[in-house]
Amino acid sequence: MPDQSGYIPVNVITGFLGSGKTTLLQRLLANPALKDTAVLVNEFGEVGLDHHLLRRLDDEIVLLQSGCLCCTIRGDLSAAMNDLYARRERGEIAEFRRLVVETTGLADPVPILSTVMAEPVLRHHFRLGNVVTTVDAINGLTHLTAQEESVKQAAVADRLVITKTDIASAPEVAELRDRLSRLNPAAPQLEVAPHLAVDPDLLLTRDLYDVRGKVEEVRRWLAIETEKTAEGSHHHHVDVNRHDARIHAFCLRFAQPLDWTAFGIWLTMLLHRHGNDVLRVKGMLNVGDTGGPVVIHGVQHLVHPPDHLPAWPDDDRSSRIVFIVRTLSREAIERSLAAFMRLAPPTAAAAV
Amino acid sequence: MCSLCGVLGGEGDWTDTPAVAASGVPAMRRAQRLQRVRVANAVLRRFGLVLADWEGAKYQLRSSTGRVELIDNLAQVWQAAERCIGRACDPLDPALIADIEQNERMS
Repeated sequence: MPDQSGYIPVNVITGFLGSGKTTLLQRLLANPALKDTAVLVNEFGEVGLDHHLLRRLDDEIVLLQSGCLCCTIRGDLSAAMNDLYARRERGEIAEFRRLVVETTGLADPVPILSTVMAEPVLRHHFRLGNVVTTVDAINGLTHLTAQEESVKQAAVADRLVITKTDIASAPEVAELRDRLSRLNPAAPQLEVAPHLAVDPDLLLTRDLYDVRGKVEEVRRWLAIETEKTAEGSHHHHVDVNRHDARIHAFCLRFAQPLDWTAFGIWLTMLLHRHGNDVLRVKGMLNVGDTGGPVVIHGVQHLVHPPDHLPAWPDDDRSSRIVFIVRTLSREAIERSLAAFMRLAPPTAAAAV
Repeated sequence: MCSLCGVLGGEGDWTDTPAVAASGVPAMRRAQRLQRVRVANAVLRRFGLVLADWEGAKYQLRSSTGRVELIDNLAQVWQAAERCIGRACDPLDPALIADIEQNERMS
């Protein structure tokens, strides 16, 4: 069995040019815990990777007919993953239990995520695991200010790895951490330097589908209780030309149970119209069931299959939903969702 | 599944996931499907559209002008709705929100 979910987890390692993706990958692959990991890279860079299951990707992009931009399927990735899986099944290569995909520094990571989540064949064998984004402590702030891809890479991350902290000053690292926490407060930040160990368990293995990590992961998302915005804080001067100035994160909380049907209709409608501006949505919903909450998790127009947690992670039974959005207003989203809850059938409301 | 172009494999949309484990029972699945239709219609009628279950396998969307579309799941309904009426279906539209707030009672 590839993992407890029955699928082979796919980790995407992204980050801007020179931010240390390959160095991180090299250190991770040196760990015996990841010996059954296959690797797909976009280019063989300066940092040599010595691994028995290493393949190179070519940049072939397929935009599906009638597809939206975020459903651009990376034809090269799809073909490489299908090929790897077929060879694994035929016993031609080792039975890998995890796949790591390293993107190019300039890549928008969303087509890679959508390929794993939505490609009709792949999604029966693979599932998306943690997205790890490296950010360089020396140049990270500059990239976040000037490069939209860099902002997107940080916004979709499940783990943010700050590299080169050994050669950056403490104030530089602190400022970068602050900017990243406003951009993506749900992602833990880890520092990586030559003298610091890299923990594959925390970076890759512990995720929403890992029985040990599931509740912990959700609890981590929900640590954000106050709005953290790249533009809204009075303490930060914001340059409107900055690429992350319009991206902000917030957490909505609903004390009353949410009707699952009305929520689904609302979210599909929101993502249809505004999916390009919803970089991530993660939430734990009280749907009035006597069991644990329902966990939802999406990237732009794509939503993972919802999951039921066996129990609540704490005594709080309110629904909490984290949004990382571009330009959309928190007030409009909150008011809209509350209005749609009025459409729930009275019987459902009475039952909860 | 993508809510914008749900064409990427019609089956297994996330909106078909039941809220409770007991929904695996066929009668419950049917009831939940009809409930999805009822709630969707509460929104769609504001755009002059009506959704109906079609043999338990698809949904049929009908406009006031008689245009009909068959769709696989609720993620596809909004794209079909916009094709039918020729304008956006925006849940953040203040007029739509105000209409729901004024005309639907708190449950």
